[in-house]
This record gives sequence, structure tokens and C-alpha cells, in this order.
Amino acid sequence: MRIGKAKSDLASTGAARDFSLRPGGAPCTPAAAAAARIAATHRDIPGALLPILHAVQDELGCIPADAVEPIAQALNLSRAEVHGVITFYPHFRGEPAGRRMVEVCRAESCQAMGADALARHIGERLGCDFHATSADGGVTLEPVYCLGLCAQSPAIAVDGRPYARMTPQAFDRLMEEAAGETADATRTAAKPAGLAQGLRPAAAQAGTTAGERP
Amino acid sequence: MNTAAHPAGSPHAPGDAAVTVYVPRDAAALAVGADAVAAAIEREAARRNTPVRVVRNGSRGLLWLEPLVEIATPAGRVAYGPVAAADVPALFDAGWLRGAAHALCHGLTDEIPYLKRQERLTFARVGVTDPLSPADYAAHGGLQGLRRALALAPADIVQAVTDSGLRGRGGAAFPTGIKWRTVLGTPAEQKYVVCNADEGDSGTFSDRLLIEGDPYVLIEGMAIAGLAVQATRGYVYVRSEYPQAIAVLQEAIARAREAGWLGGDVLGSGRAFDLEVRKGAGAYICGEETSLLESLEGKRGVVRAKPPLPAVAGLFGKPTVINNVISLASVPVILARGADFYRDYGMGRSRGTLAFQLAGNLKRGGLVEKAFGVTLRELLYDYGGGSASGRPLRAVQVGGPLGAYLPESQWDVPLDYEAYAKISAMVGHGGIVAFDDTVDMARMARYAMEFCAVESCGKCTPCRIGSTRGVEVVDRIAAADTPAAREQQVHLLRDLCDTMLGGSLCALGGMTPYPVLSALDHFPADFGLPQNQGAPQAA
Repeated sequence: MRIGKAKSDLASTGAARDFSLRPGGAPCTPAAAAAARIAATHRDIPGALLPILHAVQDELGCIPADAVEPIAQALNLSRAEVHGVITFYPHFRGEPAGRRMVEVCRAESCQAMGADALARHIGERLGCDFHATSADGGVTLEPVYCLGLCAQSPAIAVDGRPYARMTPQAFDRLMEEAAGETADATRTAAKPAGLAQGLRPAAAQAGTTAGERP
Repeated sequence: MNTAAHPAGSPHAPGDAAVTVYVPRDAAALAVGADAVAAAIEREAARRNTPVRVVRNGSRGLLWLEPLVEIATPAGRVAYGPVAAADVPALFDAGWLRGAAHALCHGLTDEIPYLKRQERLTFARVGVTDPLSPADYAAHGGLQGLRRALALAPADIVQAVTDSGLRGRGGAAFPTGIKWRTVLGTPAEQKYVVCNADEGDSGTFSDRLLIEGDPYVLIEGMAIAGLAVQATRGYVYVRSEYPQAIAVLQEAIARAREAGWLGGDVLGSGRAFDLEVRKGAGAYICGEETSLLESLEGKRGVVRAKPPLPAVAGLFGKPTVINNVISLASVPVILARGADFYRDYGMGRSRGTLAFQLAGNLKRGGLVEKAFGVTLRELLYDYGGGSASGRPLRAVQVGGPLGAYLPESQWDVPLDYEAYAKISAMVGHGGIVAFDDTVDMARMARYAMEFCAVESCGKCTPCRIGSTRGVEVVDRIAAADTPAAREQQVHLLRDLCDTMLGGSLCALGGMTPYPVLSALDHFPADFGLPQNQGAPQAA
């Protein structure tokens, strides 16, 4: 994630922990502060790392790179170990998703009922491939390997809400309804149009740090 | 969860002649609009000034009929489905609150053949009760197993589970009692009971259906396991793809604790057992038991080598019972009704029942709990009603993404662990995915390798790298321009499968060859091979 920083980083030796414990070395970005707070409340439960990562992602919409260090500190782990865990699990994301998340099941049962054609339609409709976000920043498309709705294939989930016996037409209707809601929300909040509009509120807050690149 | 729809100031108090209407809250029902149906029922009832009590139950497992609404009548519960929100006014007009006839009416739920012909032991309450009501659970036979276990010595509980013949329902089919005996016999200050609810196999949903429909039976089963092996702490590892199941289970655990079923003094016995839910994070491999334990410990879900067995050194290095949801949820009925009662179902060394899940291209998909010994043909046609597309069925994958594809010639083999092993197939977790004749089996073989490549934890080279090479070899078989070139690639694929089978620590690498080789053996034409060249040749 932050390759450019690695040369001066002694995270795996423990030196980084001493460094960051200096007065004034406290986390300074909002995301790091949130991660530090969450890690502090969870650190004493056994096997705390996954619950912490879930809580961070639930609050920030993703696990930004600057959340790694405070989590590592709280659990007495190296940053590499925390990074390794984050990247092992497909559920955890390093960058915020779009305002909506569409997960399309690609497993066998859904394939038996035309999921490949459905996935192609959804990709075309959103104008993006899997693991990507539509051009307007509104919708992130992810594959999922089984939603447990196999008797009613094909299935998708939108923001965690399940939809079964999905067809291209039904998907288009869903998106139109969603677009209607977005338009309403935008008018109410009088937010400027643009990419930020596609972010979840919490994620947008963390957007400045998460989007940062070396 | 019970809400009464009656307008403010209405003369009708809830419960006063209010008709009970059941609308499932299972994800399978929500996915086809059950919330909108429940709202429409409350709205329509209020408009007509007719008091109804809407109970959000679990799913009966007749999933082609979801949302399946049931009306409690003096004669029994009457089923209507699939109900759309728009159907609700007409159903009221037809007099459905009295169980009257309608195009969507299926008569008494218990008399629907699909349900009536099942042997529901583990799923006895699923869809019947309000999943979050402890009182409902106790009124429908809940807690009898736990009460009985509290009167037994730990070794006697283990013996009862051993005598029942229960084997791991997650797929490995290891005798549950033997596993428990090992944990009981390993002294330690702290032991754990871990429930594997990381139901990642496609075509399976019985864990989800059970947790969302009757979470207390799982809680009871885990408490019994705790008593049996002297563990005081339990974890349920549920996959993040099941948010509804997680919410139901968390709420049920909180209520069970409040009711004194969990905590420091289980049912006033002075014995302690408590449990909590942990959420997975999208890794299929975490359904493998040692990988799940790593994940629970907060690490990458990388498979551990065995030994040591988890029963000896499992979670945090302590002796751990780790069982699938259905295994643990089958324990209460075994304790309540006796090991013999359970063992009398089934055949051979496969005792009791299995919750088969009919999925894919079938007219009537759903959950069928039957004793072992039923055949695939019965499940596909007598229950499943044949293909949803109306085309002939061609291939059926049994046991999830690592299960073999079976051609019609094998659909009469009884579903029994040993009988399936004999034909190089596996019963697994009971998932059955049907495909019609439009399926391209070479693509399915490629997908099996692709899935393995996506989900491999990376520990074993044959799985981590072999799966990617497997995708390439299947592609080269398809692209081969001479029979000799094709044959060479097929030879390579078999060789690769052999390496994966023998060189992987866990079932992901070790069983990905099952779907690949079964596709190749039974459907050679899809690989561009002559019909008689599919079967493995002598080396």
C-alpha cells in the first residue's frame, strides 16, 4: 500500500512502536484516530484483530492505510502482520466503496440459472468490471461466492440486502429506484455533484486519507 | 418480533381474536420481498379494521414458494405462496384469514407433500416457531436435550452422541462422539466449543436456514457440547455474507443469556457456558476447521498441519470441539429422544438424517431433511420437480464446489457417505446443484480450478499454483487443434489433479480434482474428446 515509505519503516522491529509512543506521536489523521479508539476498546478480547478490522471498516467504510499502525500498536503486532491479515480477507477493503455495493454471486448454482449473463449485463449497465466502481463513483461491483440463496438463483446483494431470482430487467429496476433515492438525497443535502457524492458519508470523511498515494 | 396491526383506538386489542399470520424473516424470503408483504398485510388489516398478529418466522424450506405466508386457523396452519405485496388485498377479499381457497393457497402446510414426506429431526422447529422467542422454543420441545445432559456425567453425554452414529455434517463426516471423547480426555484449564458456520459451499444454505429459523437449537447443542467436554466458552464463526443470520444469532444469544440458558449458571445447574458470534470476512478457506481457528485467533486463515488435532490443541492452543452448525444442532434431539431414536434413521454407517439442499436449475428448490439412503433421482424429481428451465437435467454437483459432477447413470446410488465415496463422489454438506443440458462441463471444470485459485490460502504449492496451471490446461484442451495435442493436455490435467489430491493439506486443494475429473470422465464430449475416451486410462 505505502511502498514508498518502507525504506525508513522499522515496523517489524518494534522500533516503530517506540517511535509512535513519543509524546506528540499520537495518530493525527481522523482515520488513524478512529482506528486507535476502536483498537483500544477491543484489544483485550481474545483474537481481537478481526473484530477490530470489522469495526473500523463499519465506521470508515474501509480500512485505510493509516489505520494499520494504531491497530498494530494496540495488539503488539507488526504492521506487516496487520497488513497481511487485511489483505488475506476479500471482505476488507483498502479504499472506500461507492455509495452502493452490488455483490453478484458467481458460484455454481447461480451459474446454472444464468448468472454469467446477468453478471455481463450488470457490468455493462454499471460500465465497470468486478472489483471496480462505476464511472460516476456511485456503485461498486464485487463478485461473491455464494449468498446462500441457491434455491432461488441467481442471487445478488445490494448493500447487504439480498435479492433472489434476479433478472437483468429486475436489476435495472432496482438501479432506477436507487438512482431516484440518490437524487432525492442529493437534493436534500444540497451537496455538490461529483465523485464525493458517490461515497458513503462515513467513507467520504476518511476519503482524504484513504485516497492519498505515495 | 410479534407486532399487532390494529389502528390506534381500535376496539380490538392484540390477541383479542387476532388471527396469527406468519411471514418468514429468513433471507430467502426477504430476497423475494417478504418485508413488503408483511407491511402490506399490516396495512391491509388496519384498513379493514381486522386485527392480525404478524409473526416473522423462519422459512419452512419450500423456497420456490417464498414468500410463503401462513395463516393460523383452527384446522392448522394454511399456506399461501408465493405471495407478492400486490396479492395481499385479493387474499383478504378471498377470506384467507379463515384459510379460504385462492389460487395461491396450498392447503395445510403440514400436508404439503414436499414437507410431509420429510423426516425433520434437526429442522423440526424451523419455520414453525418465532425464531427469537425463547418461550416458543421451550413450548416446542426445546431445552429437553440440555436438561437431560445436565443430569448426565460428561462421559455419558459423549457416549450418547457416539451411540447415535452422528458424523460431522460439514462434509468430512468424522464421528462427532469420537471427536468429543478426545477433547474430554485432554485435560486443560480452558477448553472451547467452536461452531463452524462459515457455510461457503455453493448450493448449500442449511446452516443459514437453521440459524435464521431456530437459533436456540444451535445454542442448546453448543451448551450440551460444552457440558460434554467441560468447555465453558463457545464461538460461532459466521460468514460475513450472512448478515441476517448474524443478527438473529446475536439477538438469540442475548435472550438466551437473559433467560439463564447461558452464562455462569446454565439452567440453574451451577455449570457455566457462554458463547459469542464472530464474523468471517469473505474467505472460503475459513470453512476448513484449522483455517477457521487461525481466523478466530485474528490471523490469516492459513491451514494448519495436523497433528496436533484441534481436539488436542485447537483454539488458542487449547482442546477444542469444532463442529458444523448442523452437527451441533442435531445433538439436542439425540439427547432428548435418545441415541437409538436418531440411529434408527439412515443406512449403513450413515445414521440419522441429512438436510439436503436442492439448488440450481430445479423447479422446486428448497431444504429436504431425509434419512440417509434417499437417491438423487428422488430428490431431483419427486421433490425438485425436475429442471426449472424445462430442459432435461444433465449433470448434478453434490457436496459443494469440491464435490463431483454426477451424470444420470449415478443418480440411483443411495446418498450415503460410503456409497458415494465408492463412486469418487462425496455427500459433503448435502448441497445439490442441478444443471440442465445447456451446461458446458469443460467450463465447469475450468471454474472449479479458477475457484480454487481464488480461494487458496497459499499454504500448499499444488493448490496455490496447481489451480492456476489447471485453468490454463483446461483452456489448452479447448484450444487444441489436433487430437494428439488434446490428449497430451488431458494427460497433463490428470497428472496435475493427482498431485493436488496427494499434495494438499486440506480439502480445497485435495478435492478440487473431484469436480474436474468427474467432468472429464463423465462428460468427455464437452472437452472435445470422443465419448469413450473420458474414462481414465491405465498408465
